[in-house]
Amino acid sequence: MSAEHRILHGIGVSAGTACAPAAIVQAAPGVDTSEPASTDPAADGQRVRAALAAVSVGLKERAANAPAESRPILEATAKLAADRGLAKAVDKKLKKGLGVTAAVHAAVEEYAEMLKALGGYMAERATDLYDVRDRVTCELLGVPAPGVPQVDGPVILVARDLAPAETATLDPEVVLGIITEVGGPTSHTAILAAQLGIPAVVKATGILEVDNGDILALDGGVGEVIVSPSDEEVELLDERSRRRAKALAGSSGEGATYDGYKVKLLANIGTVDDAARAAVVDLEGAGLFRTEFLFLDRADAPSLEEQTQTYTKVLESFGERRVVVRTLDAGADKPLSFADLGEEENPALGRRGLRLCQVREDLIDTQLAALAAAHARTKTDLWVMVPMVSTMEETKWFADKARAAGLPKVGIMIEVPAAAIRAHQLLDIVDFASIGTNDLTQYTMAADRMDGELAPLLNPWQPAVLQMIKLACLGGRSTGKPIGVCGEAGGDPLLALVLTGLGVASLSMAPSKVNAVRAALRMHDLATCQQMAAYAVDAPTAEQGRENVLKLVSPAMLALV
Amino acid sequence: MISRTVTVASSVGLHARPAALLAEAVDESGVDVVISFDGEEADGASLLEIMTLGVKHGDEVTLSTEDDNAGAVLDSLVELLSRDLDKE
Repeated sequence: MSAEHRILHGIGVSAGTACAPAAIVQAAPGVDTSEPASTDPAADGQRVRAALAAVSVGLKERAANAPAESRPILEATAKLAADRGLAKAVDKKLKKGLGVTAAVHAAVEEYAEMLKALGGYMAERATDLYDVRDRVTCELLGVPAPGVPQVDGPVILVARDLAPAETATLDPEVVLGIITEVGGPTSHTAILAAQLGIPAVVKATGILEVDNGDILALDGGVGEVIVSPSDEEVELLDERSRRRAKALAGSSGEGATYDGYKVKLLANIGTVDDAARAAVVDLEGAGLFRTEFLFLDRADAPSLEEQTQTYTKVLESFGERRVVVRTLDAGADKPLSFADLGEEENPALGRRGLRLCQVREDLIDTQLAALAAAHARTKTDLWVMVPMVSTMEETKWFADKARAAGLPKVGIMIEVPAAAIRAHQLLDIVDFASIGTNDLTQYTMAADRMDGELAPLLNPWQPAVLQMIKLACLGGRSTGKPIGVCGEAGGDPLLALVLTGLGVASLSMAPSKVNAVRAALRMHDLATCQQMAAYAVDAPTAEQGRENVLKLVSPAMLALV
Repeated sequence: MISRTVTVASSVGLHARPAALLAEAVDESGVDVVISFDGEEADGASLLEIMTLGVKHGDEVTLSTEDDNAGAVLDSLVELLSRDLDKE
């Protein structure tokens, strides 16, 4: 039986269309509030033991079929599920009269707290323990296991939201689309889906009402989702897809406007694999290599030798093309177990990025030395920049270090309003800057970028954000130093035209977005882009700005927006 | 009851892999072994209980069992903990 036909509207965050059965990503269940107190702890203890054993076996089977990198995590989690200590702790809770799921939650919490108190690697094991808790709870309740289900055929994943780890391991061959109930255009789901080239719609309210197997169609460009689509509707989506493909045809080579104003088109990457994938795409290098992936989820910082090897591999992928490396951006919401500065009231406003490196200078010193060594081994055009800069002192602190390490091009990220306003002064002492639009939007609008409810404020079309970018570009022009954009804004073909009009020298984005941006640039001359920029900055609202800009676009461009 | 005392050689202490290796070895031996450290006791076959003891490199722990015939098992566990398991 097919579900009732209906159309949902969300935010399209990764272009393309898809049609396939839904596969629901089960949310973790909490304690069953209706369960009775345990009256037979011995029998209930056996029930929990059976559930733990089933979970352990299931995880071991999954580990056997998993890719090499995720196997150890699954194996370790399987062992935790079989741990005698956990079963004994559950017994104690049952004797106190707790119901089965409540006993599991209480026992796990006790151990998790102890592990967290030990810090570092042990604290990370608490996450595995919570995974065991959620799986055992599902087993006891007789519902499917939480997380991304194991699927063979093509599916469209449906979830409340996806954890970064879940999104990163998705196979684009099997997962044809992603639809989430929450999230915003800059949430991790959105960024990673675009990176993998999987069409995605976020904030599709009501999507969780569909069942496994319901046929769904989605358009990741306009954010439309159709439940039980008709053949005509699927055909219409395909038609839209084809028109898009036609507008993209022939898009190749250097990024430039119709009249030849050059804008470098670069890729955002995070790993050696990303680099290898991006390097075969027709683009001019990497505009943002996020190095934190090397540091996260580890007990110790990567050594000089390990970092040198990784950076060398990334640089080698791009040959003589440019690679812009961002030094460690950790802290706050991306904690490092070996550089934990403790809890913070407002992590996004706390000691992250450069601020963390000022406390742990050893981390940045090793990283800069590794980058210099990798540069010496390759011919790549290496640029290195530091995140979270606000002041002249910070800029100088980093520039001195990077130059002392022997790095050829030294720059800063502009993602704090203070840096945008003072770009002229800061650029006096470095070679370049790159605007991180996601964080600049978050800080300009004082809106947490992870909060889907705040999506209207997090819109990079907000005139205040564009004005901030304009100020940064003015600083670039007056010092003669290039300013790039690395953030999701640069991958939106329409916004890319506005940014070009504001004067940016490069745009860095998910590799899958380069074609559309290049095609859009080719269809417009610089004067039109500048006119668009003026319209967008002067607009009273974000919506009005976008509409005004749309009035100036070439008709061929409409298939791309 | 028989017991042995041993200084933990692993550089990360009884955490992570070394703790997992110990729990596995105890489990496979089929003998009930208790590990005592700093006034706390842990089931030798439970990774969680071992880890939450918080044993660091160079700490001294006591292994004991009610099974008086399990001396050889204790000896092999002592040998295990005397090696730097992180490097293996």
